[in-house]
Amino acid sequence: MKTTTMIVSILLAGLLTNNMVLSKFLGICPFLGVSKKVNTAVSMSIAVTFVMIIATAVTYPIYYYLLQPKYEYLETVVFILVIAAIVQFIEIFLKKYIKPIYNALGIYLPLITTNCAVLGITMLNVTDFDITKYSFGKLYLFSLTNALSAGLGFMLAMVLFAGVRQRLETADIPEFMKGLPITLVAAALCSLSFLGFAGIGG
Amino acid sequence: MKSKNLNVFTNGLLRENPVLRLVLGTCPTLAVTTAAKNGIGMGIAATIVLVCSNLVISLLRNVIPDKVRIPAFITIIAGFVSVVQMLVKAFTPAIDEALGIYLPLIVVNCIILARAEMFASKNSVLPSILDGLGMGIGFTAVLTLMGAIREFFGAGTILGFAVTSKFISPMIIFLLPPGGFFVFGMLVALSNALAKRKGKPIVEKMGCENCPAKDSCDKSTESCENAKEAE
Repeated sequence: MKTTTMIVSILLAGLLTNNMVLSKFLGICPFLGVSKKVNTAVSMSIAVTFVMIIATAVTYPIYYYLLQPKYEYLETVVFILVIAAIVQFIEIFLKKYIKPIYNALGIYLPLITTNCAVLGITMLNVTDFDITKYSFGKLYLFSLTNALSAGLGFMLAMVLFAGVRQRLETADIPEFMKGLPITLVAAALCSLSFLGFAGIGG
Repeated sequence: MKSKNLNVFTNGLLRENPVLRLVLGTCPTLAVTTAAKNGIGMGIAATIVLVCSNLVISLLRNVIPDKVRIPAFITIIAGFVSVVQMLVKAFTPAIDEALGIYLPLIVVNCIILARAEMFASKNSVLPSILDGLGMGIGFTAVLTLMGAIREFFGAGTILGFAVTSKFISPMIIFLLPPGGFFVFGMLVALSNALAKRKGKPIVEKMGCENCPAKDSCDKSTESCENAKEAE
């Protein structure tokens, strides 16, 4: 497949057909827990996207040059430690040098270390793209695109769902369905509507 | 003393079931339960990690400095996850294939970090092991039940044996992502209805009370709301 076609299909997959939250179930905690207000949802997902891209930028070369093909079993330990260190570092760096961004996003950073979406995307980058088929440059480009599109997909799902939840607050719901159960059923319907995109982008 | 330990063990089975009562570990619950077999596999893998990490963390609880406890816990958990991952790969490759990246993602499964933080770092070795075992079995039971429900409706089989698949065409939607959200929602509603009948509090929110990231999460939503009010 040509590089540009590949990139377009990665973007479409992350946004619509293989949405991080609604079809891969990664990052469910912030999706169900935080997404009550649209602006919280947006800033949270910008922070997640930012960390996903930086985490991919650091972990993929580590995987390509150090871990594969002999030390792949260390992937889990190395990736989670690298991500934890990166998040700490970003927090310190932003606090010291770029105050406005820190004020807007900094509060979400500690939350993101244990977010399965971030660790998930770095691991998916390793399994999604065939390492024997492409050069490192292309693989790196695909992985970064994958992280970006997953982050944008996360944002799309969070924002859409924040809207749905605002409507749910005024709805008349049976006693035993109130709260979490009805939220989950609403998420099921959201995810059902995303199934309609299946097949787009190959 | 004995009854206290028994209490710790049975806590995770029903009263404080990690999935239905504490609402932790939602990601694997939704993702891998397309068949009862996968639920059992995921449950056992997570139980082994939970028991081992609880054991080691409670042994080291006086050694680990408070400030770096979360990174220390994550490192210990990641070590055990790698061990389990290699064992699963070697002995049950089919389960490894079915669980995919959700097997290494046990590292960030909030049940394990939450039990380390709430229980193992404060209690001695034996109760910590029992707590891990109880929570793990509770987790496995719910995952298996949910897997069986989705498999029954979505494929007409249970544990791979044909039940209705010969004469009714199955509803594949139950195996797809929406089915996961829907069945989980119904299970929580059912457990809420039962809890209410027994006079216990019902679960209305995500398991934020038991989440290790609760403090920073609260802070962030709070400051967001303040910012909105200021506008």
